[in-house]
Amino acid sequence: MKFTLLINEGPYQHQASDTAYQFAKAALAKGHEIYRVFFYNDGVNNATRLAIPPQDDRNITENWAALAKEHELDMVVCIAAAQRRGMLDADEAGRQGKDADNIHPAFRISGLGQLVEGGIQADRLLTFGD
Amino acid sequence: MSENIKKFMFVNTKAPYGTVYALESLEVVLISAAFDQSVSLVFCDDGVFQIANNQNTEASGMKNFSPAYKALGDYDINKIYVETESLEERGLTLDNIMALTYEDEDDDWAEKSSIIPVTRAELADLMDEQDVVISS
Repeated sequence: MKFTLLINEGPYQHQASDTAYQFAKAALAKGHEIYRVFFYNDGVNNATRLAIPPQDDRNITENWAALAKEHELDMVVCIAAAQRRGMLDADEAGRQGKDADNIHPAFRISGLGQLVEGGIQADRLLTFGD
Repeated sequence: MSENIKKFMFVNTKAPYGTVYALESLEVVLISAAFDQSVSLVFCDDGVFQIANNQNTEASGMKNFSPAYKALGDYDINKIYVETESLEERGLTLDNIMALTYEDEDDDWAEKSSIIPVTRAELADLMDEQDVVISS
């Protein structure tokens, strides 16, 4: 089956991203396809490359990045939600005249249309959040 | 209708200003209109306050985005379900809900109400018919 995952909560504060990650890993191991992982609301914060969790804890962003690399996952961060929260990639930082960027290269920034398209293309769209 | 048309239902369950969910859900809804899908909205639980009349956010410093719901009709989004039990539980009636309308192209562009009151049981059946349900 083909899944699109929607993650609406930020890392560590909420388990949504962890649960989605565990689901994605299990689904891929069973031979299912993850069409897209879309990060929205505070979920965009999962894409920060600057987080430094304690060494004995999981690193949520790096977990996603490793899974994405292994399975060529398409991980998309909503641009409108990201801008509101100060999440920028280098291109966007340049465009907006900001002096820093913080999005991990395993993620890409795009529009909400990618979420709707993910819902159209997948057999199931699963939401992780409240 | 192309076989690629899916039924999208956006379920709004939270009050409009305590969290960002209502505003950011509306942003997805407006984008979804560009994809020629069948789109409906639900307002239930505290979500019914999102489309309450006479919202005034001045004292709280929040942006009053409620006028944007009035544009939904122009985006061909005209199935707006409001759960009647949720209204009753909060001391509201349909008179407290914004008059959201659309122009019916099959009826000489007559202006019609987009608001469809439904019971909790009816809503469950409607959800069962959907391809994609996104709730917040």
